[in-house]
Parts: sequence; C-alpha cells; structure tokens
Amino acid sequence: MTPLFDMVQKWFVTLPHCAALGLEFAGLEGDKATFRVDYRPELVGNGCKGIVHGGVITSLIDTTSALSVFAKLEAAEAMATLDLRIDYLKAATPHQAIYCTAECYKLARQIAFTRAVCHHGDPNDPIAHGIATFMRATSTNPFGQGAV
Amino acid sequence: MSQLMQTFAALRETKDYTGIIEIIPYAKFLGVQFEETAEGELRFCLPYAERNIGNVLMPALHGGVIGGFLENAGLVHLMWVRESLEPPKVVDISFDYLRPAKPQTLYAQCELTKQGRRVANLLIEAWQEDRSKPIAVARAHFLLS
Repeated sequence: MTPLFDMVQKWFVTLPHCAALGLEFAGLEGDKATFRVDYRPELVGNGCKGIVHGGVITSLIDTTSALSVFAKLEAAEAMATLDLRIDYLKAATPHQAIYCTAECYKLARQIAFTRAVCHHGDPNDPIAHGIATFMRATSTNPFGQGAV
Repeated sequence: MSQLMQTFAALRETKDYTGIIEIIPYAKFLGVQFEETAEGELRFCLPYAERNIGNVLMPALHGGVIGGFLENAGLVHLMWVRESLEPPKVVDISFDYLRPAKPQTLYAQCELTKQGRRVANLLIEAWQEDRSKPIAVARAHFLLS
C-alpha cells in the first residue's frame, strides 16, 4: 500500500456521508480495494423485508471505485465521477455486512475506468456490479475540487 | 399483496407523503421529501444536510447520495403511479453526473419512458436552482411483479 493510498482510504471514511453510512476500509489486494458497510436498520429500503436500499450500494460502489484509482496513482489529484452503471444481481441478505471490491482497470490520461463488485464476503457470489468512469483533474491542485 | 404495498396503498389514498418516507428507512435517513405538484407530477426534494456531503473541499453532495436519491425517486414514482401487488425491483441503473451538487436542496422528477408488462423504463432527472441545468440524470429498469 502506498502512502498516498493509505492517506486517501483514511480520509475517505471521514467524509460526512461515508461516516454517516459507517464505511470501513477492508483491505487492498494487489490493485483491488475493499470498503465495507455494516448492516443497520436505517439503511433498509423495504421496511418489511429488511433489505438494504440500492442507494447504499451506489455510495459504496462510487467511493470504493474512486479509492481504487488511487492504487494506480503516484501523486494526489482530484477526480469526479462522470458516470456509474449498476447491475443489481440479487437482493442483499438482511443483517449481513456489504463489501465492495473495486479496481481501476485502465488509467488513461484524462479518464480512469473502474469496475466493482458488491458481495457479502465472497466476490464470486455478487450482489451487484458497478462500472464507472472518473474524470481526472487537469489542475495541479491536489484535492482542489471534485474528489468523490 | 405484500405488507409494504398494502401500507403504501393506504398512505397514497390519504396523500400521506411523510408516512410513505417513514416506511423506507433509507429515504428517511437521507432526508427525502416529496409531493404532487399542481400539475399532478410527483416532485422529490432533498433538503441540504451536512451528512450528505461527499466532497468537503468544494463542498459537494456525495455522488452516492445523488444516486440513492434518484433511485429512490424512481421506486416511489412507480409505486405511486401504478397498482401492484409487490414493490418494483431495480434491475439496473445508469447515472450521468453532469455538474457538482452544491450544498443546497436537490430536486428530482421521473418520466416513465415505457411501461411494459414485466419491465418499466424510467428517466430520472435531478437539478438544483435551475431545472435547465441538471445535476445528474439516471436511466433505470425496474422489474414489475
């Protein structure tokens, strides 16, 4: 883990919405970064079934995908999500933590391309897939704008 | 009919918008509000809250908050406009982030592009002070059961 990546993963969990969701860093393997959100009743979408709302998965994928780009960067820079597409493969299981594992599979000069998978601990048994693109900063002012 | 849809139908009958948000804990967590406009359209609103910030330096709302707000708008819109026994299930959703969302109220409105027998296609748009300058747009497919 580079000092830059370590600084960013620690910083991301303190961002107000990430802190509100209770995002926790769950490791970096190679270039694959993982964040986790523990189950909480207020994150549920359907109050009768106890299934976590897709919006939680969206935040988790967006944040983990952005983090994964920093595994490929040598210097801090700002970036902004350009687009994000999520496929919901199955409902999340109530009372279980949701993990998101993401990697930046192509870092181009202006754009970073990422793919992510949400799961309950086994990435081979996914809840959702997410594909995102991030606009890389053209400014030299690190974290000056649009970090997540 | 599922328990959720029974409760929803009763709340829709009395136009209890707040009551509907109460049965969707995550929507309440974000602080979502909605109501019917004078034109009979459903308008969703997310008043600014510090906990919805994702970028502290700009500052800007978290992309996931914008996404969750739009997905929830699509879900509630579909439940509002059609009679169904089960809540719709989102199959896929695609967000285009067009502008940073300022620490201000975010609005959203949905357009039911197509309603088939099994699947509905929705276009969901979010804006802040100027509707002609959207913050984000989403396209989503919902499975109707």
